[in-house]
Amino acid sequence: MSLQILELVLVTIFSAATPLVIAAIGELVTERAGVLNLGVEGMMITGAAAGFAVAILTGSSALGVLGGMAAGVALSSLFGVLVIFLAANQVATGLALTILGTGLSGLIGAGFIGLKREATAHLSIPLLSDLPLVGKLLFGQDFFVYAGWALVVAVAWFLTKSRAGLTLRAVGENHASAHALGIPVRRIRFLAVLFGGACSGLAGAYLSLAYTPFWAPGMTGGRGWIALALVVFASWRPVRAFAGALLFGGATVLQLHAQAASLGVPGQLLTAVPYLATIIALVVLSLRRRRGSVAPASLGLSFVPER
Amino acid sequence: MTSPTPAGAPALIAMRGIVKRFGEFTANAGIDLDIVAGEAHALLGENGAGKSTLVKILYGLLEPTEGEIRLDGRPICFEDPEAARAAGIGMVFQHFSLFDNLTVAENIALVLPRGEKLAGLGARIEAVTKRYGLKLEANRPVWTLSAGERQRIEIARCLLQDPKLIVLDEPTSVLTPQEAETLFATLDVLRAEGRAILYISHRLEEVRRLCNRATVLRAGRVVATCDPREQSARALAAMMVGSHIVDVRAKPADAAGPERLRVEQLSLPAEDMHGVCLVDVSMQVRAGEVFGLAGIAGNGQDELFAALSGERLAAQSGAVRIDGISVGRDNITLRRQYGAAFVPEERNGHAAAPDFTLSQNVILSRHATGGVTSGAFVDLPAARALARDIIKDFDVRASGADPAARTLSGGNLQKFLVGREISRNPSVLVLNQPTWGVDASASAAIRQLLIDLARQGSAVLVISQDLDELFEISDRMAVIHDGRVSQALIARNTTREEIGLLMGGADMTKAIHAH
Repeated sequence: MSLQILELVLVTIFSAATPLVIAAIGELVTERAGVLNLGVEGMMITGAAAGFAVAILTGSSALGVLGGMAAGVALSSLFGVLVIFLAANQVATGLALTILGTGLSGLIGAGFIGLKREATAHLSIPLLSDLPLVGKLLFGQDFFVYAGWALVVAVAWFLTKSRAGLTLRAVGENHASAHALGIPVRRIRFLAVLFGGACSGLAGAYLSLAYTPFWAPGMTGGRGWIALALVVFASWRPVRAFAGALLFGGATVLQLHAQAASLGVPGQLLTAVPYLATIIALVVLSLRRRRGSVAPASLGLSFVPER
Repeated sequence: MTSPTPAGAPALIAMRGIVKRFGEFTANAGIDLDIVAGEAHALLGENGAGKSTLVKILYGLLEPTEGEIRLDGRPICFEDPEAARAAGIGMVFQHFSLFDNLTVAENIALVLPRGEKLAGLGARIEAVTKRYGLKLEANRPVWTLSAGERQRIEIARCLLQDPKLIVLDEPTSVLTPQEAETLFATLDVLRAEGRAILYISHRLEEVRRLCNRATVLRAGRVVATCDPREQSARALAAMMVGSHIVDVRAKPADAAGPERLRVEQLSLPAEDMHGVCLVDVSMQVRAGEVFGLAGIAGNGQDELFAALSGERLAAQSGAVRIDGISVGRDNITLRRQYGAAFVPEERNGHAAAPDFTLSQNVILSRHATGGVTSGAFVDLPAARALARDIIKDFDVRASGADPAARTLSGGNLQKFLVGREISRNPSVLVLNQPTWGVDASASAAIRQLLIDLARQGSAVLVISQDLDELFEISDRMAVIHDGRVSQALIARNTTREEIGLLMGGADMTKAIHAH
């Protein structure tokens, strides 16, 4: 019995962590290339609205997922053109992107409020999915959870082992040197931004198609910002981002249980716990690393080649 | 060394009528350059003569506005550096094009042609480094390496692609004399293998030792081609500048008076991961002397300058004294009021605000000592008059009455900034790399100013990477290495070799006792 409860808690932690994992991995790749995109929240919520709308209109979750990703890519390409090719300020443009995305999601989702869909299917393998404790965790999740895991592994491999990943890191580390070596700095950055957009859109689609299968304005609830913080928290390493997302997912689930147990603490305070945990973790980490950060050295800087 | 290139030898590279314009500005105004296999060809010229632009065109980084490049007689046009590398042109950059947080092997892997396997790279790196005597550890991150080691990465990176021509841009500016010798030995091997070398340097003695042909650029044009071994360094300098350079008049020896700047057991933690911490720095600069502090960039010069100027405070107030007053915990304004003046390394952005006019830049440092403010207000007419005087007295060439600082050339802005501090007759003047990137005639003028100031009884501390400069003007010298400062040596009793050993981190006490 208690084993079942533990399994349930673990499964909910992994679900709560999934949108953070996906969005953080996308932003991590973007930042490793030297671009700071603060518009994650905006791309995520637009992905949620677009994903849900497409799924309702076509009746297909798969198309919904693609719709969510397409929305993220569209917004990020706008961001990319502005900051990479027109050298606009990345911080200001990223904040504007969040505002734009929030507004756009309201527009897209306006006709779909109150509609409901079935959540996307979970994997079910006879025997394996029924294993105690780990059955549901490993073999009974939905598509998004596995996509998140695959992203972590693939991006970790890409960044450390592949030639393209090395080039991407070089661009984020020192764009002037990279340019001097003939690496197409702006093209690589643009691709990294698009990847980040696709991930944010996917994370948003998870929320509206699987986590809570309906559309509600503001349903991302600041998860885009948490994902941004996670990238720093993880010192730009994919596996650490995954661990950080689980930590945050755990805090979210625990506060729900604490509220259910009615501890006499105001609910709003408990809701704030995961966010407070993020801030505290970030402060502790940066205190420990006082002698310098491991941020990509060209992060947030515009690059304009002479020719 | 081989004999000068026979006139009829077929050119490996032939650049014809290269013109490059940036908007209104013409960086290259029709340059012809031939490079023959197996030769060491020097490209000489002042800052802004168009050397860097020309080699960037050769390496595919810039597109020429007009002109033609032939490789082995065939016209070529490089889209990007990768195409240039594939054609056999390698480049070692002045400001290294390396990535601090990547390892040596990763840095090298970045320039391999697309599609080439990374597997086996380690073995190839080892083979090349062994063959040319380039000591390297493949798995070290670059930020832990010295300038000499970093340059070896660049050279190894070049050699892995078996280049026909290697371009080196100011390769010795960051090396100790000993490291430079190692580089020259490697270059001699490369030449013997029939590779051509295009060597850009402002160090004329090196050029005379290494190169068999020199092309001299001035204002974007070729003004002379010669065999540098047959010319004196003086004659080469005159070709570069187009006029005679005045010698700096030495000051009478040892007129040193009382101590005016004292640094005592100054320690300062590093500010960031790649920074340097100062350890127990002690030195004294006396009235009437120019004290030279040599060292390779990044050994604590910037940290020491910040601690002296008050941009960073020492732990103990007695760690820095100006005319006997403990100022280690005082800010820069107070230190200025005690008579000190400071000229930092970075002209645009540290010593001067680039978009401010010269008179506004005068206020930036002179507000501390009066004359340009009245109460809470700035006295603009007084500041303008002062800027005018500095422009006149220090021979600053500026367009307009009160132009923005960024419109001045490096040499003229530096003369203005040095003049801004000297004109109030400081008791102590501290300068960091005062002639870095400054043309030869402005450099000579600035050195003269420093000597004259010391002769009037001020204490002058010059932090510089340029050993020639320090030997020219210093009475005493010390070396900063890894945040520690050596004992002071009498400049005329020491040698470049001794200073070079200290710059490379030789045991300081040993080197001095051996003396």
